[in-house]
Amino acid sequence: MTLYEVTLGPFVEFGFMRRALVGCLALALGGGPIGTILVIRRMSLMGDALSHAVLPGAALGFILAGLSLPAMSLGGVGAGLAVALLSGLVTRLTPLREDASFAAFYLISLALGVLLISTHGSNVDLLHLLFGSILAVDDTALILIGAIATSSLLALAVIYRPLVVECFDPGFLRAVGGRGGLVHTLFLALVVLNLVAGFQALGTLMAVGLMMLPAAAARFWVRELWLLGAASSALASAAAFLGLLLSYHLDVPSGPAIVLVAGLGYLASVLFGPRDSLRALYLRRGHLAA
Amino acid sequence: MSLPSESAVVLRNLTLAYESRAAVRHLSGSLARGSLTAIVGPNGAGKTTLLKGIVGLLRPADGVIERARLGRSGIGYLPQQAEIERRFPISVIDTVLLGQWRQIGWLRAVTRELRDAAHRALDAVGLQGFEHRQIETLSAGQFQRVLFARLVVQDAELILLDEPFSAVDWRTGEDLLRLIESWHRQRRTVVAVLHDLDQVRTHFPDTLLIARECIAWGATQEVLTPHNLMRMRHMSGPWAAEADHYERVRGMTVLTPSA
Repeated sequence: MTLYEVTLGPFVEFGFMRRALVGCLALALGGGPIGTILVIRRMSLMGDALSHAVLPGAALGFILAGLSLPAMSLGGVGAGLAVALLSGLVTRLTPLREDASFAAFYLISLALGVLLISTHGSNVDLLHLLFGSILAVDDTALILIGAIATSSLLALAVIYRPLVVECFDPGFLRAVGGRGGLVHTLFLALVVLNLVAGFQALGTLMAVGLMMLPAAAARFWVRELWLLGAASSALASAAAFLGLLLSYHLDVPSGPAIVLVAGLGYLASVLFGPRDSLRALYLRRGHLAA
Repeated sequence: MSLPSESAVVLRNLTLAYESRAAVRHLSGSLARGSLTAIVGPNGAGKTTLLKGIVGLLRPADGVIERARLGRSGIGYLPQQAEIERRFPISVIDTVLLGQWRQIGWLRAVTRELRDAAHRALDAVGLQGFEHRQIETLSAGQFQRVLFARLVVQDAELILLDEPFSAVDWRTGEDLLRLIESWHRQRRTVVAVLHDLDQVRTHFPDTLLIARECIAWGATQEVLTPHNLMRMRHMSGPWAAEADHYERVRGMTVLTPSA
């Protein structure tokens, strides 16, 4: 096999591979900056929680309208936002910390979703929702993913400044009257939207992998916030490309393949990245000691 | 109730609480416009809580806080350093520019004048040349200078400082103290939580001595008397450690205090 046949051939030859790639690139573009801010805000597990929270809404959409992407997406967004808002409310009104109230609501939501699917659908449907099927991405799904990635990037640009201040020095934002709570809620809505964009292609569980792993890896490459977002989009794109090829040549499911490639990228970054990686921290220190 | 025109802040029978425990009880008094006041008290005396109440981060459980109209610049508030995410990837100049929040808001551009003002503020705190450093690379003293530069840029009439010198070296403390005195000369209202009584006696005309309740509030030489300090030590009993814990609790629930 030539290099061309290994790397580009599958995309040239098959429409489903092209659509899968375009969909993943859009997800990478929208999700990169969102994942970066989750990492910076020490909310990395929040993405995971919200990705589970989406399930009962998607299941409800599935039960009411069958395998209809708009219905399932709408339901997913509804359920995700409900969990985000209810957790926020509990955090605001009681002494319970945000991570604990999120955990509580997403667990309730997840159980509800599994219950709905197992009483109204088959196990195949459940697997489909949990792990997606990127090779079945159709034009409707592509348009939805593209629309969400575009509007998410635009919305992020609008709330970027207060969001940065809210992460860095929330007391200051309150003192100058900067509406920190509103910005935080809008940001959580963007997280939910991006996860819903991902679930058709990657499934609710894997979608968060393409968002968080590159964002965590980017921290070992660059320093400035905007570079972190760009780097994590680039890493996610590379993971999508390589993961799809891996899935094609080895005949393994594409969602896990993409996320595993992203995971390899993360491990490589932890070990060998130019900034604060194990190599940068300990080998250099070793030289100084010697 | 209208605010006397010479007052920047008036407190009437103010009670502030964390988790249903009163941290500040029945405090009444006022900060005159242009005054320079030190807040002194033991750990857990409610000093930080009081500043948060005045800023508006904490709703009163009882009583009222009245603030004079502050115009466009808002309140200059310097929290304790622990409340700021020091490892956040942001540059020194961007941090200082945030002081212009009322001008730039969510979307407006940072103009040349605003940028120049930020550079001048960095000069004023002795950090010229640090513009493009990331804040995580700064020492605690340098970072405190950055936050003071942000206050300079913010140009607020009311400035509240929570332990501004606790994490900085002697030299930085001296420089920042000179800046505070210049604010006082510009007729701004400045309040600072402090521990060094000699510093308070030398540089702060007014003092509020607090141990959950007000022990004394007025001219510094009349407040920091041996008698009052003895009362303060007497009142900071077993609750000090406990209250210290509650001040650290992040949630800001406000409940009516139990009687």
